[in-house]
Amino acid sequence: MSTVTEAPVGDHEGDHDDHPTDRKYVEVAIVLGIVTALEVATYFVEMPGAVLIPMLMLMMVFKFFYVAAWFMHLRFDSPMFTKFFVTGLVLATIVYGTMLTVFEFWHKG
Amino acid sequence: MADTTAVSHGHGTGTGLSNNKLLMWVFLGSECLLFGGLISTYLIYRSRFADGPAPGDIFDIPFTSVSSFVLLMSSLTMVLALSALQRGDIRNNRVWLLTTALLGALFIGGQVYEFTTFMREGLGYSTSPFSSAFFTLTGFHGVHVSLGILMLMSLLVSSLRGTLTKERSETVEIVGLYWHFVDVVWIFIFTVIYLVPSPTT
Repeated sequence: MSTVTEAPVGDHEGDHDDHPTDRKYVEVAIVLGIVTALEVATYFVEMPGAVLIPMLMLMMVFKFFYVAAWFMHLRFDSPMFTKFFVTGLVLATIVYGTMLTVFEFWHKG
Repeated sequence: MADTTAVSHGHGTGTGLSNNKLLMWVFLGSECLLFGGLISTYLIYRSRFADGPAPGDIFDIPFTSVSSFVLLMSSLTMVLALSALQRGDIRNNRVWLLTTALLGALFIGGQVYEFTTFMREGLGYSTSPFSSAFFTLTGFHGVHVSLGILMLMSLLVSSLRGTLTKERSETVEIVGLYWHFVDVVWIFIFTVIYLVPSPTT
């Protein structure tokens, strides 16, 4: 599947601006729509929390990184941008993971 | 002026990257900490609903699912607006910018409807720790979406004045990064706050 169009204006020394075609963006949106429909479907199906919650988390993380990779162009841009974003994300996960642990969220819910 | 454009596009900067884009990514990284704090606070307080309605009793999942889908699709229209401008297709750029702003407004309209419904059902801002945490989190997100709509409208005005050209596509890209971030934050909120089973009375 060819996804590369002509290099856009604003081509940077450190960037990799081989942006996808509009068709590819629509395909990405369809995938995201399907995953969202699956997420919503879990609301109408009875299943134990031990299965449901990891499943929802997995779909959420997939959608999060799929949007970041394709729509935010992290897949094509300089890795420097990814590093700055991931630093904030990891820092937030550590800080608030610790906070939730201190408040015994994992046991009490 | 030509030098300013060159620097904004990364030529002549120390990193070889656009300073404006780099700054937006640093800002988005810091926003992860803001929303991380608000989401964690909600998770801690979601079981403390006192005598007020519990989250599991009041959330309307089918309605919020439609809102979430609208916001998700606005990310598609945003990226199509950027793609059009990068091709020099000004007309489609305007169409997609306007569509994105309208979808964002639709999402905000849904949020206003949800908030007023909750208030009618007895869930005010200070009803319980749960309600305060919920309104603060979703309200902050709503403010972010509203600011995004203002940015989109200012881009549209620039385009109509003829100042938003192919050469300035990075401006749309930066606004687009903000818009997609607001979308990914909602992906998180929608799952963690709405879809993960909540306490009921």
